[in-house]
Amino acid sequence: MTELLPLDRLAALDNFGHSIKTVSYLYRPTQVEEIAALFRLAERHGLTIALRGAGRSYGDAALNAGQIVLDIRRMNRILDWDPATGVICVEPGVTLQQIWQYTLEDGYWPPVVSGTMYPTLGGALGMNIHGKNNWKAGTLGEHVLEFTAWLPNGEHVTCTPEQNADLFYALIGGAGLLGVFTSITLRLKRIHSGNVRVHAWATPNLGVMLRDLDQFKADFDYIVGWVDGTHRNGRGQIHGADYLHADEDPHPARTLSLDYQILPDTFFGVVPKSMMWLGMQFFMNNPGTWLINTAKYLYSATVEHRKQYLQSLVAFNFLLDYVPNWERSYGRGGLIQYQSFLPLATAPDAYLEMLRLAQKRGLPTYLGVTKRHRPDKFLLTHAVDGYSLAMDFKVTGGQERAGNRPRLQALANDLNQIVLDAGGRFYFAKDSTLTPEVTARYLGEDTLRRLRALKRRCDPHSLLQTDLYRRLLRAQLEGVEPAPALTPAALPAR
Amino acid sequence: MASALLPSPVALIIGASSGIGEALARRLAQTGYRVALVARRLDRLEQLAAALNAEAGPDRARAYAHDVTHYAEAPGLFRKILAEMGRLDVVVYNAGVLVPVGPDEFDFEKDRQMLDVNVLGALAWLNPAAALFERQRSGHIVGVSSVAGDRGRVGAPAYNASKAALSTYLEALRNRLTRRGVHVLTVKPGFVKTDMLRASARTFWVITPEQAARDIVNALRARRQTIYTPARWGLLMFIIRHIPSFLFRRLKF
Repeated sequence: MTELLPLDRLAALDNFGHSIKTVSYLYRPTQVEEIAALFRLAERHGLTIALRGAGRSYGDAALNAGQIVLDIRRMNRILDWDPATGVICVEPGVTLQQIWQYTLEDGYWPPVVSGTMYPTLGGALGMNIHGKNNWKAGTLGEHVLEFTAWLPNGEHVTCTPEQNADLFYALIGGAGLLGVFTSITLRLKRIHSGNVRVHAWATPNLGVMLRDLDQFKADFDYIVGWVDGTHRNGRGQIHGADYLHADEDPHPARTLSLDYQILPDTFFGVVPKSMMWLGMQFFMNNPGTWLINTAKYLYSATVEHRKQYLQSLVAFNFLLDYVPNWERSYGRGGLIQYQSFLPLATAPDAYLEMLRLAQKRGLPTYLGVTKRHRPDKFLLTHAVDGYSLAMDFKVTGGQERAGNRPRLQALANDLNQIVLDAGGRFYFAKDSTLTPEVTARYLGEDTLRRLRALKRRCDPHSLLQTDLYRRLLRAQLEGVEPAPALTPAALPAR
Repeated sequence: MASALLPSPVALIIGASSGIGEALARRLAQTGYRVALVARRLDRLEQLAAALNAEAGPDRARAYAHDVTHYAEAPGLFRKILAEMGRLDVVVYNAGVLVPVGPDEFDFEKDRQMLDVNVLGALAWLNPAAALFERQRSGHIVGVSSVAGDRGRVGAPAYNASKAALSTYLEALRNRLTRRGVHVLTVKPGFVKTDMLRASARTFWVITPEQAARDIVNALRARRQTIYTPARWGLLMFIIRHIPSFLFRRLKF
């Protein structure tokens, strides 16, 4: 062996929910040449590389236990911004926060955002994230005009929906397994106010909620449901929101300023929010969650019911940032999220069954969120013409004590079956419980075949790997047929 | 890799082909650990790994051939094991030799062998383990030392010195790493029915490797600092440690 990898590169890395803890050699390149050198280093040592942005994946999609992790966050320059067209070009480590803070005062907002503003654009595109406007605006990838990417086979490619279209639709949503984004050009959304008009109403059960999400979606730019996971019928609340038109905001310059778009740092004006997760810990158990959810529902069904109000874009969109470190309130074992995507027809019954199954097992979801979706053309798409339900579960135990982990995995296995039977899909950004078999069934043989061909072409030595890749995909992409010989001649023709 | 969620702790055992190391590997594998087995004798290791994989489930054990006196190889092999197993939670240094020396014998070569295996090998393996666990903010380091390290006796000067060095090194590691959430366990066995026992003339309180392994796993769970196995050695060594030198140097054992 040549030189040894330095142990002082080792860093403890975990998932967004802090339920999966790993140690990896962490590298933070700033330019493409360093990325290329890092891949050569990995190859010399017989190791693999995982790409990682802000680490906001709920599962193991940005982890590579015991091996190399390439953190893209130092590649964080905004390369170009044209307020006339709303087109921005950024390096992959630029975060959603950086983008909106850069463009807001020019009247632009990212067309698709996640529930937190901290993800990097590279990570967000690797997962092809959606927002509360998915049925209308599609996924983030649908707003990308062009990207450049460095592939482990040494190529540096430019992709648009027309040029290298196969790579365009595979690298976006490709979970960082095919190449490294080096620049991303995105069209932002023109807005005329820093506020959105929010409508809130309570829904007595899951059936009504899903019906309303579908029925009223045309009336709103964003629509999202909160489900009381402790309630047998899945009562909840819907928030619909609209961008304001050009003449609706009397003071656009004020609402479009960064000073206006700040999340308050105290709760009720007194409790510092940075401390809130500490207090929330006491409610992160079954009775505590029942209490909070019941109070929240009663409030939404009375005081807030059919209310309409203005809210800043930041406050409406980045609910997860509202309480800093909220995920720490789940305690040492952390949390996982289980999100599935079901077609319109099967979703109401299947989701109610899933909600009740979790309750029956004594593992009710502590936070349930529903959204309306539409299909897209990306290879590893998670979206369907239907709904999603995201279920957050508290995790206990760790590496040396099982806690509730075996029970959670057993529940997830049963939920997987319900989702598959209902014709549903999953999402790698959220997953920590799928199996190779379930993954193969929801992706389908055709998708796997195309992914296999692309992996061989872009990454012939399979240097890009993550814990998720080895858990769900590797055997099917590399194991079903023998791995290709490592000679250029054996590569499929480009 | 079965699930990202389910616990799958990993133990690395250096000196795993027989004796306490082998028994510990079996016991940890049975309690849910995946084990990386390191020793010189690859054939024995592979047999053990195959047996553990048959008993406790597939991919439960992996074998790595290595001679601990080849210190230069340890850092590379440590990294390879970390990459292949994905993580490490317990690192056990169990390699040790006792080369019998006569009462009037002063043989540098014999002494160097013992220091090589019992001390330098331990440093080569436990230093990277400490670096990893410090970053990880968790983990258990286990050093199999000996009651022989508590006093220097007439029968085995270099062996005593090597085990004293190991015990002191482990104590220092503990003082460095406890504040980082890392647990360091010093194990001081008495007479254990292993290959090494043949080198000892008079023996008593002999236990099996399985009994020693059980004590070690219990001490791991309880995060004990130092254990004697069997426990009654603790009392005996307390007395022996306090025998003043003017008496001790007149004793025959």
